[in-house]
Amino acid sequence: MPTNVRIPTPLRQLTGGEEVVTVTAASVGAAIAELQGKYPGIKDRLLDDKGEVRRFVNVYVNEEDIRFLQSQATPLKDGDEISIIPAIAGG
Amino acid sequence: MDKHEGFMKALKCRECGKEYPLSATHVCEFDFGPLEVAYDYERIKKSLTRAAIESRPHTMWRYRELLPIAGEPTVGRQVGYTPLVKADRLAKHLGIRELWIKNDAVNYPTLSFKDRVVSVALSRSKELGFKTVACASTGNLANSVAANAAAAGLKSYVFIPSDLELGKVVNSLVYGANVITIKGHYDEVNRLCAEIAGKFGWAFVNVNMRPYYAEGSKSMGYEICEQLGWRTPQHTVVPMASGSLLTKLHKSYQEFAKLGLVSESDWQIHGAQATGCNPISAAEKAGMDFFKPVKPNTIAKSLAIGTPADGFYALKVMKETGGHADDVTDDEVRDGIRMLAECEGIFAETAGGVTVGVAKKLIASGKIPANDSAVLCITGNGLKTLEAMVGHVGQTREIRPSLREFEAMLKDEEKVAVAA
Repeated sequence: MPTNVRIPTPLRQLTGGEEVVTVTAASVGAAIAELQGKYPGIKDRLLDDKGEVRRFVNVYVNEEDIRFLQSQATPLKDGDEISIIPAIAGG
Repeated sequence: MDKHEGFMKALKCRECGKEYPLSATHVCEFDFGPLEVAYDYERIKKSLTRAAIESRPHTMWRYRELLPIAGEPTVGRQVGYTPLVKADRLAKHLGIRELWIKNDAVNYPTLSFKDRVVSVALSRSKELGFKTVACASTGNLANSVAANAAAAGLKSYVFIPSDLELGKVVNSLVYGANVITIKGHYDEVNRLCAEIAGKFGWAFVNVNMRPYYAEGSKSMGYEICEQLGWRTPQHTVVPMASGSLLTKLHKSYQEFAKLGLVSESDWQIHGAQATGCNPISAAEKAGMDFFKPVKPNTIAKSLAIGTPADGFYALKVMKETGGHADDVTDDEVRDGIRMLAECEGIFAETAGGVTVGVAKKLIASGKIPANDSAVLCITGNGLKTLEAMVGHVGQTREIRPSLREFEAMLKDEEKVAVAA
């Protein structure tokens, strides 16, 4: 079940410059673990010491914030797209 | 230190303190924490005295040492120094001893506080060599980027939600900006812009230029202190969208205290939101130090940010200063707009109605004591959000150009008034 993950600029040095990578995990949490296996260090960038998504990181599945879904338990299916985006200022 | 960078030292992560060069970048590579400009306050202290400030033109740039550009401002040199109005009639109405309105509804050139952040962001963008500027906006920022970019000869792209008030749309298009409307709310515009900013080499004022941009808001706080006679206000009530303005007002008071420009005294900063988009005020009221994102549904569209980037820091500032947050319904927003208009002759946009409405609640509940003094920050102009008031203000009465008809009309109204 390949899911595309869009990698933001600050993390691309870990993915060898790749903007989009694929994972086959069945949930967002498992996808982060899978990314960590492929790109060591990426988990610490995304999660704090309690294993929660860092407060300045927003994770989206198919353009929906995972905090409106099931957070890290959000299931993934074939063709889903994950975006990882830093919080931005108002406007 | 590189003298070329003015009074700035570096960009610094607010979370872990890691330093970065003064480039167009906004996020710490390690923990995604926001980057902030670090200054050389020792040098600033030697240069920025009350006498020096008072000798300069009445614009936000009279505090130039504390604003993050290397050279002289090249965009928006006339921005700021808006009136601080002593609002005695509104004070009486709300039941507080002393009340002031900081009126950025008449900021130059686009009638909102956003001209402050944009003049900094675009001046800095030019220093860094950008030719195209852009922003994600709920309206006011788009207006300001469009106007100031036009005046500076820069190309601009502004991205806004597709349901904005007509006034805010026309106010961007008229300057020749590329206006892109997005089918979605601001948080979705924001997400898209974060992805666009990563791809195109543009200066996105609230994405990669954010460390510079956000600092422009401090000028509102400096002005409040100076206009109050070099003192910090006891209470400041601030509308919250991302929460950035609230945190920057706090920083401005801290900096003025640190530089000895105001005498040490306590201040409380209170945050105002609309009930239809209240992630920060809901968290404050529940005593939490983090917020839960919401899907916005409010007439206060300029505050409709469901995932506020600075929400965490805004909560921290309110906690540290003993401030509070609250939120008001759409009807209370309209009441707030009318109160300010009828008492002080100031027509604010919906965000101003939010601020007045929340101030009323905080005073009524004693969270702002009746014997104290407060400043309300009015950040935008009512002419831009007319839709919110249509059908909710008095009605016009039409007569023919005849004195008899006018007298008859008055007489009829008198009868109605007596009957009532």
